[in-house]
Amino acid sequence: MSSSSSSLQTARLRTEIKRRRRWDLVFIVIGIFALLLGLMTLATLFIDMLIDGWERLHPEFFTSFPSRRAAHAGILSAWVGSLAVMVVTGTVAIPLGVATGIWLEEYAPRHWVTNVIEININNLAGVPSIIFGLLALGLFVYSFNLGQSIRTAGLTLALLILPVMIVGTREAIRSIPQSIREGAYALGATRWQTVQHHILPYSLPGILTGVIIGMARAIGETAPIITIGALTFIAFLPPPPITDAPPFLSFEWLEAPFTVMPIQIFNWTSRPESAFQHNAAAAGLVLVAMTLIMNGLAILLRYRLRKNIKW
Amino acid sequence: MLHPPVTNLPIKAEVRNFNFFYGNFHALKNVNLPLCEKKVTAMIGPSGCGKSTLLRSFNRMHDLYPGNRYEGAIVLHPDQTNLLDPRVDPIEVRMRLSMVFQKPNPFPKSIYENVAYGLRVRGIKKRSILDDKVEEALTSAALWHEVKHRLKDMAFALSGGQQQRMCIARALATAPEILLFDEPTSALDPIATGSIEELINELKHQITILIVTHNMQQAARVSDFTAYMYLGELIEFGNTNEIFIKPRDKRTEDYITGRFG
Repeated sequence: MSSSSSSLQTARLRTEIKRRRRWDLVFIVIGIFALLLGLMTLATLFIDMLIDGWERLHPEFFTSFPSRRAAHAGILSAWVGSLAVMVVTGTVAIPLGVATGIWLEEYAPRHWVTNVIEININNLAGVPSIIFGLLALGLFVYSFNLGQSIRTAGLTLALLILPVMIVGTREAIRSIPQSIREGAYALGATRWQTVQHHILPYSLPGILTGVIIGMARAIGETAPIITIGALTFIAFLPPPPITDAPPFLSFEWLEAPFTVMPIQIFNWTSRPESAFQHNAAAAGLVLVAMTLIMNGLAILLRYRLRKNIKW
Repeated sequence: MLHPPVTNLPIKAEVRNFNFFYGNFHALKNVNLPLCEKKVTAMIGPSGCGKSTLLRSFNRMHDLYPGNRYEGAIVLHPDQTNLLDPRVDPIEVRMRLSMVFQKPNPFPKSIYENVAYGLRVRGIKKRSILDDKVEEALTSAALWHEVKHRLKDMAFALSGGQQQRMCIARALATAPEILLFDEPTSALDPIATGSIEELINELKHQITILIVTHNMQQAARVSDFTAYMYLGELIEFGNTNEIFIKPRDKRTEDYITGRFG
């Protein structure tokens, strides 16, 4: 082969590479455009809300009840209500979800019954939240007579996020290599000892992430809460959980009527006066901040706890 | 005919007419194998011959997964316990036999907690007992001097070879009757492999050892007895020297001389 023909080949090779590289460039442009389009839209929405709501975000906004006068209205009953509902939701959904996830991964025999259960749990995660509201209205409000109360709302949202908790727990458990389980069993550990000493501690970061993401979803839910009949105008707080007379603990708050952040926002948005729109935007900022803090916490916990886990 | 009385040494365990099934697949066929007390028995053979399957039957690892079935017996001496008897709790079996895996599998805990884990499982909480046993086990695994000042460090901070010796210490801490090795050096470099082999030579003075290896030289170096397996059958069993120098079966000879495998 002469040197000229080989240099011709090299030149051809280089043109060919250049041609293929061009498609790389095309995709980079498309990708960045897609990313910016989504992000910019979100940012615009957020900034718009920030501009509208910023001036209403002073301390009194958090310590005032809703009012007919927009300038005096606040979100006290809404954030207390959200908090109380979240306590009920977490207390019910976390143990149930984590226990179910552990059982399905570590104990359940593999046959068609468990397969059906698995498919249904995954489907349940996709059921529209209003359906959970209808179910709760029929079951908790009318059949169990739990009232249009904090406990009903808490239980409803618990049902709603249960699939998220279960799936999150299972994913976390599945990331533990089989060699760790075999190592524990080979030393004579029982199933429960393996779960208690290994599976739970090592999957905790993942489980916590699932729990927090589930809770963050619950705190923003509106439809099922409206369906079970949350009030939109509440100018009082639920009875306090701690009392000054023995036994110092009271669970009356569970039965109290309530409102939550998204409903307060919904209520203000539906008013004609523009001053209330500012209130809605400010409350929206608070809600976004709450979810962001929860997600941030999830990331922080995962990072902290995973540092010590390597396979 | 398969294995003439190799020795008159005391027997620690015996595989008798053993068959194993993964679902419908007949993975081990009528295997008979004695393990001599305080000797090293090696199982060699090409991949898929069933040597690991047999090893994992000794501590009922197959019970963890559905669809596996044992037939026959693995009898532990002197109390004649059939390890495969469904009435024998696999937990009991795993408490009496320890296992070291192919890849070091330290728990994401401290070195101390790793070695102490088998004792913790047994409910031993007393610090002084745990301290003693951990030191003893790490000393037997030739690791004590390297780690005695950093027992609280995470186990994954150790090198691969150290991790595997720590896993051996973890297996030894509970004073098992038999130590099972499943290709313990296949994930290690030659130097770490050398130290593990040296360790096995030391350990056989105190414990009966069964080792699976696909490295024939390793079998020749560490074992007293060798079993050659092929396609789920035990083809030949005997003194390691005899197996390697004058195998009786043509298939063993072909494998050992490198004609296949």
